[in-house]
Amino acid sequence: MSEELTGTDSTTSTATGLNGSQPDVSSGALDAEALTIAGRTLRSRLLLGTGGFPSLELMAASIAASGSELVTVALRRIDPAARGSLIDVLADAGVQLLPNTAGCRTARDAVLTAKLAREAFATDWIKLEVIGDEDTLLPDAPELLRAAEELVDEGFVVLPYTTDDPVLARRLVDVGCPAVMPLGSPIGSGMGIRNPYNISLIREAVSVPIVLDAGVGTASDAAIAMELGCDAVMAASAISRAQDPVRMARAMRHALQAGRLARTAGRIPRRRYATASTPDAGLPDFD
Amino acid sequence: MIVVNGENVDLRSGETVAGVLDRLGLPPDARGVAVAVDGEVVPRAGWETFALAQDARVEVLTAMQGG
Repeated sequence: MSEELTGTDSTTSTATGLNGSQPDVSSGALDAEALTIAGRTLRSRLLLGTGGFPSLELMAASIAASGSELVTVALRRIDPAARGSLIDVLADAGVQLLPNTAGCRTARDAVLTAKLAREAFATDWIKLEVIGDEDTLLPDAPELLRAAEELVDEGFVVLPYTTDDPVLARRLVDVGCPAVMPLGSPIGSGMGIRNPYNISLIREAVSVPIVLDAGVGTASDAAIAMELGCDAVMAASAISRAQDPVRMARAMRHALQAGRLARTAGRIPRRRYATASTPDAGLPDFD
Repeated sequence: MIVVNGENVDLRSGETVAGVLDRLGLPPDARGVAVAVDGEVVPRAGWETFALAQDARVEVLTAMQGG
């Protein structure tokens, strides 16, 4: 782990970071740089939430533009009068489903919802959400940990939506979560990563993949997440509620690649004062 | 009387989970659907045989767009 805090502020990025002579940084190579979680390989490091899209058509077009292979769905009472099947559209898109436990307030409800999702979608992957506060939708840490432990014991692949607390992240990994999904800021707030220092600490605290979840508002937030050492980014409202969701999906895809490139390129340290990039040697004397 | 997704409906004699799905217009092999009765999962394989008792609370769930 570098001693420098990495890329917490996009305005301080530098034009000297990329060395054009380095091999294998073409976008093709980047796309091929897969992420593996619990034995499943994902070529895209963008996880997409399906909530908030004005239509299934826009959702499908945004999924295609994003390149995402793993998308979240919620479980709700069936509406026999509902038109169009979300499941069919997602099947046509060729993506894998990541059911969530959105709306659950207790470990008990989250565990039951996960089991129902496993029945409905024939997957043992679950994005575990246990919410503890109505206004901020922040996770309820004790309930989250309890539910994670129980679901891991039941054979689930548990991806927990968690606070940006490195200790809680480590505890979740200790009970068997193969990845953690810390928030950048409250769900749907679009406020980006409010505490980049904590995300860096989580990077140091756990060796499993980190998926930055919640708070992403625009492409630079996703780039910062990757620069901080996250392995993937989850975006929902940032894309689905953008004025042009397809365009924002593309922006996110590029931002993830840019952020990951910058992370692996190794940024320059921050300094309080200027450091000239042009040497003084050979400076003319005009006096 | 049973409760299906929050609505009171009369319980038919010998009605199973599959019967409730039929009422909702769903085929017995409905894709992307899960059922809980009184807070317990009823696996797909049990839909045809799981007989509902009076006052059973049935939740029939499916995929919805969500973060």
